Amino acid sequence: MYKIASKKVLNSAVVQMEIEAPLVARKAKAGQFIILRVNEDGERIPLTIAGYDREAGTVKIIFQVVGATTTLLSAKEAGDTISDFVGPLGVATETEGVKKVCIVGGGVGCAIALPVAQAFHEAGAEVTSIVGFRNKDIVILEDDFKACSDNLVVMTDDGSYARHGNVTVPLKEMLEGGEKFDKIITIGPLIMMKFVVLTAKPFGTPVVVSMNPVMVDGTGMCGGCRLTLNRNGEKITKFACVDGPDFDGYEVDFDEAMSRNRIYADFEARAREEACNLLKQG
Amino acid sequence: MAVVPKKNEMPTQAPEVRAHNFEEVATGYPVEIAVAEANRCLNCPKKPCVNGCPVNINIPGFITKIKEQDFEGAYQIISMDSSLPAVCGRVCPQETQCESLCTLGVKFEPVGIGRLERFVADYHNANCKDAPVKPESNGHKVAIVGSGPSGLTCAGDLAKLGYDVTVYEAFHVAGGVLVYGIPEFRLPKSIVAKEIETLKALGVKVETNVVIGKTLTIDELIDEMGFEAVFVGSGAGLPNFMNIPGESLKGVYSANEFLTRTNLMKAYRDNTTTPIMKGGKVAVVGGGNVAMDAARTALRLGAEHVYIVYRRSLEELPARKEEVEHAMEEGIDFKLLNNPVEVLGYNNPEDPRDPKNGFVTGIRCIQMELGEPDAKGRRRPVAIPGSEFEMDVDTVVIAIGTSPNPLIKSTTEGLEVNKYGGIIVNEDGLTSRTGVYAGGDAVTGAATVITAMGAGKTAAKAIDEYIKNK
Repeated sequence: MYKIASKKVLNSAVVQMEIEAPLVARKAKAGQFIILRVNEDGERIPLTIAGYDREAGTVKIIFQVVGATTTLLSAKEAGDTISDFVGPLGVATETEGVKKVCIVGGGVGCAIALPVAQAFHEAGAEVTSIVGFRNKDIVILEDDFKACSDNLVVMTDDGSYARHGNVTVPLKEMLEGGEKFDKIITIGPLIMMKFVVLTAKPFGTPVVVSMNPVMVDGTGMCGGCRLTLNRNGEKITKFACVDGPDFDGYEVDFDEAMSRNRIYADFEARAREEACNLLKQG
Repeated sequence: MAVVPKKNEMPTQAPEVRAHNFEEVATGYPVEIAVAEANRCLNCPKKPCVNGCPVNINIPGFITKIKEQDFEGAYQIISMDSSLPAVCGRVCPQETQCESLCTLGVKFEPVGIGRLERFVADYHNANCKDAPVKPESNGHKVAIVGSGPSGLTCAGDLAKLGYDVTVYEAFHVAGGVLVYGIPEFRLPKSIVAKEIETLKALGVKVETNVVIGKTLTIDELIDEMGFEAVFVGSGAGLPNFMNIPGESLKGVYSANEFLTRTNLMKAYRDNTTTPIMKGGKVAVVGGGNVAMDAARTALRLGAEHVYIVYRRSLEELPARKEEVEHAMEEGIDFKLLNNPVEVLGYNNPEDPRDPKNGFVTGIRCIQMELGEPDAKGRRRPVAIPGSEFEMDVDTVVIAIGTSPNPLIKSTTEGLEVNKYGGIIVNEDGLTSRTGVYAGGDAVTGAATVITAMGAGKTAAKAIDEYIKNK
């Protein structure tokens, strides 16, 4: 059993927790993920590591309440326990040799983008962060991004806070204005990452995308997380759990990834409803 | 006394009943049939069966105890050599091992050794309430990576010798392929759990949720945590795909994923939290035991029709004969001498948001014929030009094997692997690293439970000698 050391509600649908998992905290790096189960017989869900405290032995996760498992998890409080917490899994984000980086985060993906921005900041790189949200009510981690970014742009889709528009708008302006990033790292909804890649393409800036597909084991055993890369005209199958979650954005087949992520949409909608009903009954 | 020429039949659920439930197919010998079957054993002086057993169980010894109706005595004899009797009695391919060498088998059917082993283990589990005696500690620590058949065997043998053994498991539950791979209807998970409880009573510690190579490395186990030796039984790894168009469509599973969702994650239960595509028509590609397990699982999940698509003929099917027969009885449709060339999917060009887009609708196959024998002597399947045809299916399960997992190799300096990625070991299971042993699928690639157990046993013996002589 793994104890929830702290819980903080970041907005109406996004929750932050620190989980006591000393072995995971000891090894965790930005860009890696964990898999958890809330209770016995629960499903295994992957969540990217949002931070860690090696001394306290805790790992921070930030999640959006979207399905049955995240609904059950969000109902837990500090001091409660969850059944399983395993990691750190996947390959850490490469920070070596990058002097100027642009981090593009969208929605809850910003929670994962933050430790990546911090890692680059600590490694001495110049960090530009562009973070986008649907509206002002769900803006998260603005101060944290401010602290580790040389330049921060906050966007909202509806213009209810900060600048109005998509994250690709300021990115395009910067690239057209002659900004030369060694790398763009984007973390968020697949459709957003796809358009970040398309925006950067004319300028030839390398783009790293963080994939978050459906997973079961997270150690390369099931192959459920596979995605297709187009490399030099050849199609290559990779497993996000062991080969990723970071991939070269120019190679990823986003349309396929988006299709695969919706495989259990019906089941998930039903399961979430059941979880909500269960919680209402208390 | 005249010899009874045939094995006593194993009672089983009727095919039309068992095809719709996850209860065990074979229900086991009752006492009187077990004793009758034991009495078929000639107790011949040469005991060839023992040599056919990868863990060298004293087979005539335990069968004699059954004849005497001393079933617990029989269990004690088996458990001297096997840490998982109830598992082996169910899933070992006895027909190619112990039973293939049985003296009675020269003229008649061999003694049903596997069925008797299962009887003894089940009798013990049902009737013996005494916990096994925990041996006195010898103060030496050994770490085991993976809680599948090789790891559990190695752990059990070392614990019996007094070692302080810790088993690390990446999943949330111990058992490896015995819990995620082999279906409930062939090996009930309660039986695996019981065998693991027995090992825990012997003093074996099991740490779940630890991925060696990620959470901890082998070097940390040895240098920082005080383990004097490590056994790597991390099992088979990445699933192989066919590299044909359409394999990323929704509804194409690796057998590993399909079976893990069903067995480990309990997708077969009504109140499950694990989604899986079920019902409709299912094609399972491959001809091994895993393919049979996947096909029979699909049927039990509610498929209306299940095909096995295999590129060779019935004769070359690598699965156990008993499994193939069971599958056929249950109505699995064998499409032999066929090879898939493309998985077909739904695509509505008018509406990219059509929810059906990207789901499997069928599979295109090509007919094969058998050509010249290959290096292994198996006749090579050759495609017949122009013979392509399409089958309507909703789900495709690819069961064509696995490649070793690179996690341990990539984080353990000096650990040598062969060109397929399997860990290289000598006859004692020793790797290229002092104090690091390996066995099971991580070494051999996909093989059987009992072969993995044999490797775990060999390594346990070698680890004991290594630590004693240090």
